[in-house]
Amino acid sequence: MVYLTRKAEFSASHYYHNPEFTPEENRRVFGKCNNPNGHGHNYTLEVTVKGDVDARSGFVVDLKQLKEIMNREVLDAMDHRFLNKEVPEFSTHIPTTENLAIAIWQRLRTKLEKAHLHRVRVYETPDLFVDFYGEQ
Amino acid sequence: MKAYLTRRYLFSASHRLHSERMSAEENRATYGKCNNPHGHGHNYTMEITVSGPVDQRTGMVCNLVDLDGFVERELLARYDRENLNVLQEFVAKVPTTENLCIELFEKVQRGFPHAHLERVRLEETMLNSFEYRGGNEDRRIL
Repeated sequence: MVYLTRKAEFSASHYYHNPEFTPEENRRVFGKCNNPNGHGHNYTLEVTVKGDVDARSGFVVDLKQLKEIMNREVLDAMDHRFLNKEVPEFSTHIPTTENLAIAIWQRLRTKLEKAHLHRVRVYETPDLFVDFYGEQ
Repeated sequence: MKAYLTRRYLFSASHRLHSERMSAEENRATYGKCNNPHGHGHNYTMEITVSGPVDQRTGMVCNLVDLDGFVERELLARYDRENLNVLQEFVAKVPTTENLCIELFEKVQRGFPHAHLERVRLEETMLNSFEYRGGNEDRRIL
């Protein structure tokens, strides 16, 4: 078993707001992140896949394909977007880094063929990241 | 949906590696430059990883305001700009980064109730890092 990680970067805006909370509760729980005009981050995404090394190609996964899937499923949908308004998952879920990692996992999981998705890591800033390994 | 959240914090402190259980010569042989009697310092980077289900209402494993507040109050206020050797926890323990890492882990585990602590990782320099995930193994106290 070999693990392979590919990185990508994207920039997006978001804000945290739960319509079931009162305005006061939203401000208390989410603080500055509750500003309804949103704010942005440069996200770094790390996608780790695992698998056996193919005897003929020497690959765990075709990197070109992995890059295309990441571009299509994640970057085209999220790069330079307002996550709350433009990414369907976040019409029902708050676009925290936790939920972003889960949404990216769900977008990628079914698209990979030979390699298995092992981990999605999303850096919101260099000092804050979330790892998701699927439902455990 | 269980997720793992990691936050990095910086602090600066000094230490001297010296064991009362060793002769002066043994101390020099074991700790080298780090045995300099006047001590020396590092910019430490501490990574704290917590895990848990993502709360449906907040979208969070734990609120970062709580984690940042705890770390500021209980860890950074105690260790930042401090000489580790003078602290009570290092009276009988050499303040190696291994022992500091264990100390930090145990303080978070005891005092932070909002998420499960997975690990503490401590970078002493860009080239050295140490990681502790808890456990009941015997610890050698130098």
